Amino acid sequence: MKRDLDRPGGSATLGGDAASSAVSWPRRPIARQPGQPPHDSALGHVQGSARYIDDLPLREGELRIALVGAPCARGRVTRLDLDAVRAAPGVVGVYTAADLPGANLWGPIFHDEPVLAEEVVAYLGQPLAVVAADDERDARAAAALARVEVEEEEPVLTIEQAVAAGEFIGPQRQIARGDLEAGWERARQRIEGRFESKGQEQFYLESQAALVVPEEGGSLLVYSSTQNPTEIQKVVADALGWRQSQVVCEVLRMGGAFGGKETQAALPAVFAALVAFHTHRPVRVVYGKDEDMLLTGKRHEFHTDYRIGFDERGRIVAAELDVRSNGGAYADLSTAVLERCMLHLDNAYHLPAVRIGARVCRTNLPPNTAFRGFGGPQGMAVIESCMEEIAARLRLDPLDVRRVNLYPADEASDAALTPYGQRVRGNLLPEIFDRLEQSSDYRLRRREISQHNARTDAWGEPPCVLRGLSLVPVKFGISFTNKTLNQANALVNVYTDGSVQVSTGATEMGQGVNTKLAMIVAQEFGIDHRRVVVRPTSTEKNNNTSPTAASASTDLNGAAAVKACAAIRERLAELASGLLAGSTDGLAPAPEQVGFEGGAVFDRRAPERRIDFAELCRRAHVERIDLGARSFYATPGIDFDRETGRGCPFAYYTTGACVAEVRVDRLLGTLELERLDVLMDIGKPIHLAIEMGQIVGGLVQGIGWVTGEELVYDGRGELLTTSPTTYKIPAASDLPRDLRVEILDNDLNRHNVRSTKAVGEPPLMLAIAVWTAVRDALGAAVALGARPGDLRIPATHEEIARTLSGCSVEEWIAAS
Amino acid sequence: MGVPIKVQVNGKTYERTVEPRTLLVHFLREELGLTGTNVGCETSLCGACTVMVDGKTVKSCTQLALQADGSSVTTIEGIADGDRLSAVQEGFWEKHGLQCGYCTPGMIMAATHLLSENPKPSEAEIRAGLKGNLCRCTGYHNIVEAVKYAAAKMA
Ligand code: FES
Ligand code: FES
Repeated sequence: MKRDLDRPGGSATLGGDAASSAVSWPRRPIARQPGQPPHDSALGHVQGSARYIDDLPLREGELRIALVGAPCARGRVTRLDLDAVRAAPGVVGVYTAADLPGANLWGPIFHDEPVLAEEVVAYLGQPLAVVAADDERDARAAAALARVEVEEEEPVLTIEQAVAAGEFIGPQRQIARGDLEAGWERARQRIEGRFESKGQEQFYLESQAALVVPEEGGSLLVYSSTQNPTEIQKVVADALGWRQSQVVCEVLRMGGAFGGKETQAALPAVFAALVAFHTHRPVRVVYGKDEDMLLTGKRHEFHTDYRIGFDERGRIVAAELDVRSNGGAYADLSTAVLERCMLHLDNAYHLPAVRIGARVCRTNLPPNTAFRGFGGPQGMAVIESCMEEIAARLRLDPLDVRRVNLYPADEASDAALTPYGQRVRGNLLPEIFDRLEQSSDYRLRRREISQHNARTDAWGEPPCVLRGLSLVPVKFGISFTNKTLNQANALVNVYTDGSVQVSTGATEMGQGVNTKLAMIVAQEFGIDHRRVVVRPTSTEKNNNTSPTAASASTDLNGAAAVKACAAIRERLAELASGLLAGSTDGLAPAPEQVGFEGGAVFDRRAPERRIDFAELCRRAHVERIDLGARSFYATPGIDFDRETGRGCPFAYYTTGACVAEVRVDRLLGTLELERLDVLMDIGKPIHLAIEMGQIVGGLVQGIGWVTGEELVYDGRGELLTTSPTTYKIPAASDLPRDLRVEILDNDLNRHNVRSTKAVGEPPLMLAIAVWTAVRDALGAAVALGARPGDLRIPATHEEIARTLSGCSVEEWIAAS
Repeated sequence: MGVPIKVQVNGKTYERTVEPRTLLVHFLREELGLTGTNVGCETSLCGACTVMVDGKTVKSCTQLALQADGSSVTTIEGIADGDRLSAVQEGFWEKHGLQCGYCTPGMIMAATHLLSENPKPSEAEIRAGLKGNLCRCTGYHNIVEAVKYAAAKMA
């Protein structure tokens, strides 16, 4: 087993020397390493020739659509008068639920969401009718003429309101382990309270979009900006009362998705399909950004009531957690998001006796949905907040409290068991803690910061700046928690010139899955990656695919592609062994000795004689040998019973940790990120630049969630933050002054493709360290009235100011 | 209702009649078929639609085509020298300064303008100079690297 941990990251090391100047970006590049391909669309992107749905050429007779939406968040529709809409200039057709030939209910888990609302509306703007016109402006102008009357009801918007009204989605769920009673007896102290984190808008730059083209013989080709082409195919077929075989969904690329296009790309596609069905004309839909933000679901808001008992060292001995999420009006993926939250409430810590109860609340907001992390961030943030609180109570360094609770490296230990009974194996977190503590000079900086903060003794006295420091680990389970989704198929076609096409169910949203798949396939055949092309995802080539989600697309589709390559290689090796033996005296044909390398094949016993790969492919075709293969992969060894809350939901965990240092202005509540040190175990990277890109991109998105991004709704359930004017995603100028990212290069994760580890979601949660660092800083102002335990996610400047003032939310609102 | 305008785009002169309310970005994308310029927020905040008008960056989603009458517009399609990428384009390509690519054309226009005003920007200046262009994917690190690469190459 190769394990070179003394050389963290090797060339992957990103980051400068300890003595950093004020502005210090990583000194060593994380850009492409020699020999690594650029992102497979890089050239198109820099030239502006890479196409998104809105860029596809105009089709003959193409229509655009606009929506008639619910005027309030909850009520009964008493009148839907569309006469003026129909009579408006340019309008080709207006369609309501009555015009749907098939089912008007859809949903990824429960079929509970109407495609078009009928008698009841459940969130503001909920689509009631689709207006089609030759021109988008005409469609929108016409839609505005609709007369919708609704008998309004008081909307349920918050978790509290839903709990009070008894409005839930799906059953109460539970995970429990260990003897709680005994745990409480052992507990020296306890903390209890409520932790709240708000939602987050995905803010993919390309809004939801689809182009539907009617084809011969009663079929539709749907181009969609979706992470889940199979879902689009199904939902369109269901809504039209068609068979799935009549619908093809193709995905070239998305302009960002982050979970927001896992299920919610479906509605726009179905609307366009409905119009195409009735008009037999191509139909395109591209949501406006405000429309997209108003109508589509977001990361779930969560509230968690916690009761934690611990011993004198801060070791948790009993934990009771009651979790509520704001699901919005329909189920969407909420129960799955809740489940992942429950499975990540432990984050990286052993909870010997624990009971987790959880439920999704139904409210009158658009159905909330997937967003990178999928409930994981919301779960981890709870326990990380508790770690801070325990440390404050015991006057210990939070790092020490975290360390005594950390899952051990010894996987045989009782303490390696998660609440759901899966064992944490190959855990490098204790080592990551050691290394980061050293490389970040944690103890030294802690002392400095304590001294600095100790000078903060009265309001208005300098220094006005409070400093905070925090180290937070991340342990993120890889696999879909729904076992069925952990499957993939791949189609590999080799041509007679030795070039290769690959098609899988993985969709490209910028994360670089196509580039990684091309590299994997090229390596299998020992050829240059430029000979391999990854084709657009289509349900025609890959059927019944899983969404590109759960960070698992390279794991699943890469493994399927490897199997397909192996099947072809076996056939080629058979042929090559004969050819090579024939030309080398005394060598008996031995297919198992045939190697593929450097664009050629050879017999390992006589490697000097080589046959060019292209020549071999040509010969194979002449000899009537099949040069294509379709393969299937299902992740082995995973199983989770959601009824009992027990099992092994994950193939493995991706882990890492982040040390964050922040500065808080205690008069203004403003926040600056001073320095972040990240160390991740992502197994053996396939393409370092792409994986580093995921780490930094995810981290910054997470920083947005925990700091500046705040969704604000009014009392009618209308989102007020519907554009970047009011919704602040991080800009280039918001980044940490000093960012250092390293990875632990290792090949311990043998059972995953190429010993890699998934990297899509986990880095987002590293940003929790920023939030806990803010909390740490606020701890220095307790004597001045600050209540750090009140801090919620996101820690906006206003939220920080409120916490510093010691005001409750109600007092704060009343005062402002 | 149409108003005649004459605009030079990427070195080519176009005479067209436009409705007064036509936005520059729609003129470029729909009338001229230059779809490299993307629309993100439609409110002049994300920068996905950034183009250059008479050497200055403009958010083409909040500028009328009419306003460009008589001007010279450069879009992402016009920034390379034939098949040779500009230094900034090369930087984004070489430094993996892109993921989904949706922000990339606008970023490249903004970075090109930045370097024309300040050929040797510090990191802080690059970050400040690009703050009108949002990227949701990359976390900006490699975008800054890309601009540094271009600055070095152009020096
Ligand atoms: S689309 Fe113009 S700035 Fe966002
Ligand atoms: S690369 Fe996706 S928004 Fe920048």
